[in-house]
Amino acid sequence: MVRLRRTFSKYALPAAAVVMLGCASGQGESPRHDAPDSFGFGQLATDDDIRALDIDIMPDGTGLPPGSGSVEHGQRIYAAKCASCHGPTGVEGPYDVLVGRIPNDEFPFANDRSFRSTIGNYWPYATTLYDYIYRTMPFEAPGSLATDEIYSLVAALLFMNDLVPADAVMDAETLPQVVMPSRDRFVADNRRGGPEIR
Amino acid sequence: MSKRDTPDTDEGNVRKSKITRRSLLAGAAGAAGAAILKNSTATADEPPTPSPQQASPDPTKAYGRPATPVGARSTFERPERSVSNSPGGVSRTPLQDLNGMITPSDLHFERHHAGVPRIDPADYSLLIHGMVERPMKFSLDDLKRFPSRTQICFIECAGNGGAAYTTTPNPQRSPQQVDGLVSTSEWTGVPLATLFREVGLSDDASWFLAEGMDASVMTRSIPTDKAWDDALIAYGQNGEAIRPEQGYPARLLLPGWEGNANVKWIRRIDVSDRPFMTRWETSKYSDPLADGTARIFSFTMDAKSLITSPCYPSVLRAPGWWQISGVAWSGRGKIDRVDVSTDGGQRWEPAELEDPVLPKCQTRFRYLWNWSGDEAVLMSRAVDETGYVQPTVEQVQQARGVFSRYHYNSIRAWTVKPDGAVLFGAGA
Repeated sequence: MVRLRRTFSKYALPAAAVVMLGCASGQGESPRHDAPDSFGFGQLATDDDIRALDIDIMPDGTGLPPGSGSVEHGQRIYAAKCASCHGPTGVEGPYDVLVGRIPNDEFPFANDRSFRSTIGNYWPYATTLYDYIYRTMPFEAPGSLATDEIYSLVAALLFMNDLVPADAVMDAETLPQVVMPSRDRFVADNRRGGPEIR
Repeated sequence: MSKRDTPDTDEGNVRKSKITRRSLLAGAAGAAGAAILKNSTATADEPPTPSPQQASPDPTKAYGRPATPVGARSTFERPERSVSNSPGGVSRTPLQDLNGMITPSDLHFERHHAGVPRIDPADYSLLIHGMVERPMKFSLDDLKRFPSRTQICFIECAGNGGAAYTTTPNPQRSPQQVDGLVSTSEWTGVPLATLFREVGLSDDASWFLAEGMDASVMTRSIPTDKAWDDALIAYGQNGEAIRPEQGYPARLLLPGWEGNANVKWIRRIDVSDRPFMTRWETSKYSDPLADGTARIFSFTMDAKSLITSPCYPSVLRAPGWWQISGVAWSGRGKIDRVDVSTDGGQRWEPAELEDPVLPKCQTRFRYLWNWSGDEAVLMSRAVDETGYVQPTVEQVQQARGVFSRYHYNSIRAWTVKPDGAVLFGAGA
């Protein structure tokens, strides 16, 4: 705090003001100033400013837009825009494997390298699919998919992972209700420094 | 072999006379030689291929080249990041070529998920909204007008060192190949706490989302406590503007925390009372554990060290005095001590730490070693100010599982063969 004040006062105050304040205080030390509650730099953001960028989706569905999508529509989009990177059925790659469940929904990743982590066996929240696809997929044309296309793709990926039926429709109501098998697998970091290895 | 401050035996003195700077640099020269060969097909816009013939026979007898607006490395020095082929978002710092603790900005490692964006600083702004009294937009000029803070600290990718997370690593691996996703810079920026005071955080705020403006529009959830502690919105790196690969014009800097959370090209901060559970903190950057759970939000990089000289692919040309040197760092504070072993971890002795020893920053250590010529296994072990001791790979695997992911900070080893070859791993 002291360092911050000193640095700021050096540049913020004209020399004359420094001298005057120094005299007025009646103390021989160089004047320093508390950082104000607000410097007043920057601009208030408008609702439009926020709407233009606020695209994040939370696990409870906050942020999901109006619209909906079907498994069947999503499978067509998947074949056209996703299969080249993730494989025709989501397991072939060459990039991230998207589809796969493990018997009894076990979570053996730290002990057994033969299981690849997928949406179906690792992702804790279905809403993350919408968030991620919207912000950066497909790889060659990020941000190019329309709302209903994304809902459809999400429906298809959940169906391919045996998480929703073939006639499922995904929208702002239904998507947050999909419970992912690994939702409760995630635990807080318990490393704290000190001698214990965790 | 005991540590000695000076070569004080007859044998040592004799051998010392044979160890010239040239021979000490033999390993580095070998690498440079390879770079020169590779460069023999240089095109017109690349620097000319250096060769001994181009050096002045006697530089004291000819006027040198004049001053220039921007300097460049000696053409005899060719340190390079190693770039991974696919999908192009990874390059590693040549740790074995560096001295001290600062990474030259153009050698700082890269990790990005949709390429390096080109951002005009005139078009840049940072939006802070959500659970705040006053949602605000800050231009780059606004950010720079706030009181600044400068800190030298490391950034390390959470996945750095995966090649060492095994008891049988590939012996033909250099520090760059194993651990090149760590670099250290002097960063300058505005404390995020200053901006949070400016927008007025709600009393209930506990997390914020940081979002980048590259084509991955990458997002991570960060506890607001880190902002009140030491987070920066950084715009300066090693005295100049941040490099494009490092987030130009501004990035989030979270000293001591895994690289991925230090969101580059930051355009937006959304303040909340809960984490957002983005793909990057769930599907990736979570650490599966042996008990069938996965650690999430494992931000802090625990203490780690590695010897960067001698190392693969250098060759010790003769027995005698060699300096063992390397770097150590901890995301939890200062390095308290680095121990070095030359017998595979049976006996450890403290190395010298080079000043300054800074928190959450790489610290250079060195240890003088008189090599007998027998096979030797060199190891370093960092201890940080919390009392954490860099563990063996067996200890980490026991705690987390053999195939856990990220945070690979176990002890590294180099095996020196009787012929002077240096190989990665204790069993090499």
